[in-house]
Amino acid sequence: MNLAQLERKLIAAARANPPSSRVPYAFEKRIMAQLAARPALDDWALWGRALWRAAAPCVAIMLLLGAWSLFDLQGSTPTNDLSQQLEQTLLASVDQDQPADSAW
Amino acid sequence: MERTDAELIAAVLKGDAASFEPLVQKYSPRIFATARRYARRESEVEDIVQTIWLKAFEKLESFRGEAPFEHWLMRLAVRTCFDGLRVHQRNRETTFSELSEPEQDWLDRFVSQPDAAGENAEAASQLVARVLEQLSPSARMVITLQEIEERSVKEIAALTGWSVPLVKVRAFRARAEMRKVLSRIAKEKYL
Repeated sequence: MNLAQLERKLIAAARANPPSSRVPYAFEKRIMAQLAARPALDDWALWGRALWRAAAPCVAIMLLLGAWSLFDLQGSTPTNDLSQQLEQTLLASVDQDQPADSAW
Repeated sequence: MERTDAELIAAVLKGDAASFEPLVQKYSPRIFATARRYARRESEVEDIVQTIWLKAFEKLESFRGEAPFEHWLMRLAVRTCFDGLRVHQRNRETTFSELSEPEQDWLDRFVSQPDAAGENAEAASQLVARVLEQLSPSARMVITLQEIEERSVKEIAALTGWSVPLVKVRAFRARAEMRKVLSRIAKEKYL
């Protein structure tokens, strides 16, 4: 059997017999009834849908920021440690109040 | 006076859902013909067309009016048909021992006298539908659009949303898949 010829014949047959474009009786009425039967969306439903859509990008941004701050902390020097900065800030006034010669 | 598509669409978007009905009436024949290329059972065809129209209503806001409404609708139709093919692809594996009598006769005639087997025969188009059912969804889509509807690669890319290189790759694979199916017929029936 010549398969290439069979393929050509079958494709030609499909071209020669296009499918019918017949539409069932009152099909458009059926579609309109389906559309009318759908529950109307109120403002709260729209708001809820928008929130759900926004959830994924928000999670992605949160993860990115989390990863960025984590890597940033790992890369920084120990002097930039948050605990040390806090200590310096708290003791800054005490350091200033002490006279220069009081250490003697 | 008959309203244009643009006027009808604008009315629907303003909340007048009834203006959608003339659009359904006008384009349903085209949509039915498209859906019948991808589904055989009439109930399945009606389900597909119904889904296309409900989607069209939902997504009407995304129609920007730069191209004719028919183009936008056909893109939606083809993509919905492709989704339908993917859903039903599990049921497509059948053997060719179930060919109907006219299909078998046509095939026998082709084997004995290839030129005598007419292309206009109903049996030939039934046979081609059966062969197409054996293909993967993307192969069936490409063969239908490129070989049967004689559309260009660019047109197929626009209709399906695939890139031009992807259409070319899928077309190449689809032809190989089709040859495989045809050789299976030859093996099952004549060897």
